[in-house]
Amino acid sequence: MGSPWSLASRSSRSPELPPLRPPSSPIVAKNPNQLFGKILIANRGEIALRVQRACRELGIRTVVVHSEADREAKYVRLADESVCIGPPPSSASYLNVPAIIAAAEVTDAQAIHPGYGFLSENADFAEKVERSGFVFIGPRADTIRLMGDKVSAKAAMVKAGVPCVPGSEGALPDDPKEIVKIARAIGYPVIIKASGGGGGRGMRVVHTEAALVSAATLTRAEAQAAFGNPVVYMEKFLGNPRHIEIQVLADEHKNAVYLFERDCSMQRRHQKIIEEAPAPGLSARALTRIGERCADACRKIGYRGAGTFEFLYQDEEFFFIEMNTRIQVEHPVTELTTGLDLVAEQIRVAAGQKLAFRQRDIVRRGHAIECRINAEDPYTFVPSPGRITSYHAPGGPGVRVDSHVYHNYFVPPYYDSLIGKVITYGDTREQAIARMRIALSEMVVEGIKTNIPLHQELLLDEKFIRGGTSIHYLEEKLAKRKQVG
Amino acid sequence: MDLRKLKTLIELVESSGIAELEIEEGEERVRITRAVAPSPTSTVVLPATLPATAAAGIPVSALPAVPVSPVEAEGHQVKSPMVGTFYRAASPGAKPFVEVGDSVQVGDTLCIIEAMKLMNEIESDQAGIVKQVLVENGQPVEFGQPLVAIA
Repeated sequence: MGSPWSLASRSSRSPELPPLRPPSSPIVAKNPNQLFGKILIANRGEIALRVQRACRELGIRTVVVHSEADREAKYVRLADESVCIGPPPSSASYLNVPAIIAAAEVTDAQAIHPGYGFLSENADFAEKVERSGFVFIGPRADTIRLMGDKVSAKAAMVKAGVPCVPGSEGALPDDPKEIVKIARAIGYPVIIKASGGGGGRGMRVVHTEAALVSAATLTRAEAQAAFGNPVVYMEKFLGNPRHIEIQVLADEHKNAVYLFERDCSMQRRHQKIIEEAPAPGLSARALTRIGERCADACRKIGYRGAGTFEFLYQDEEFFFIEMNTRIQVEHPVTELTTGLDLVAEQIRVAAGQKLAFRQRDIVRRGHAIECRINAEDPYTFVPSPGRITSYHAPGGPGVRVDSHVYHNYFVPPYYDSLIGKVITYGDTREQAIARMRIALSEMVVEGIKTNIPLHQELLLDEKFIRGGTSIHYLEEKLAKRKQVG
Repeated sequence: MDLRKLKTLIELVESSGIAELEIEEGEERVRITRAVAPSPTSTVVLPATLPATAAAGIPVSALPAVPVSPVEAEGHQVKSPMVGTFYRAASPGAKPFVEVGDSVQVGDTLCIIEAMKLMNEIESDQAGIVKQVLVENGQPVEFGQPLVAIA
């Protein structure tokens, strides 16, 4: 059974040959008064729909590339043009650089939006896109490269005056004696991280000196295997931190602003489950200070587009861990509390426009919470792909649902389990929580399992209601339940 | 008309090239239609009353046998392994690699798909006769799109 949207405007490709762009031609001349005529969306799922919505609102035509498994996707049917770029596996489709660029060529797109994940932080892809004559909606390739290498990112932040987690100055040397010395200077426990990693991957915590050298060797080997880069570095391991990140936006005219913070501490295996803005209990002064440092760092490194500085926050101090040079899953909580459309701003900046607002124009109101709805068992976390036999989305004041699924949609097994986000807004955190409880109680997703029951449990959790739980809280709670259960 | 007879008639329609078969047996009338679609379907229309007579002479009025030609291309379809622009010849003005009616072997070049300034020769994965070229010269193609039908 297919999607309810008819193939009204099927791939309307022009019969003439598309113009070939010579390799050395400059980027399509940017006309700040006119955004792009056509954007290719190189992603899938809820973010593809999100980007498409922004494009449609701005009067920009969309080309959606998709794998064979996503033919019936809602945003594929609603696109002005769609191009099948490969079989279901990501490596052959959503990570297939030549296929995506060829699709942009045959459809005459002007810009490519990479979404999040997949190729969004792949500097080589960004470079190829621009060399092929298209605008990459995101930072420059060299910025992506700088922030993608966690060692160089940290060095750049130290230079820009952004506080970092105390650690090894740069890459960890091979000499075991040196490694021990560095760890002693930092103080145990320490964490060894892969420079090519990020997002929680390629890390190992070390509590005692005895385990140190072998841990470093193991992490290096894993890093080489997973990221093709054996470089590792060391940091102090914070025992009870919160994950607080700062959203930034910068244009090509040296303007940069911070759009306040998000608290993403509710995580399992480094995957965020619930996010909110503002971060409960954070002092306005501390936020302003760290926000300005981030905006300043953007100006220093010539950042372009939307980005997020991720911090660990402990004992009222911020420690930089990494920067994400893309739009993030949890961007809606910032949108609802600032009234801005971040994806539209990404498109405007990419088209060469100046930011339409200054820092003092950005006002925050109310509280927003986002629950990530995953197609998985709420207790074992085993993925649950399959057909959604019954679907009903919640609604009402202060309820926003960002999801690509629909009644009878088949959740494919080839990609991540995120099927949607429910975001609620309230004048207070209590109201946002109350609205989320009501929304989740109305939501119907049958045929597959979802983590809605887990969310409902967390929304009644005493510590969550109080606010300010650390990044270890959820796993500790789940471990306790396992022991009892 | 009993079910066994009906079953035989249905099988007859399916195995022959007949598009439609109508039989009158006394008061009964049966019309079996073979839809021109990927899978043949049979619809049987029976009057409300079924007189149990096995008439000797059954006036069979059948439409002349219409060869069922499916809308889609016949034979094996060679599909595009990539996104790009389809060209029938190595260069503008050159002779196309294949024409309808040509005999091809496995590995013979059928066409070119151009992407990112690179020309990729698409080879046949089956031997046979080219029945149809399914894409116009210079048209963009997507992954999995049928290019050439070979039978």
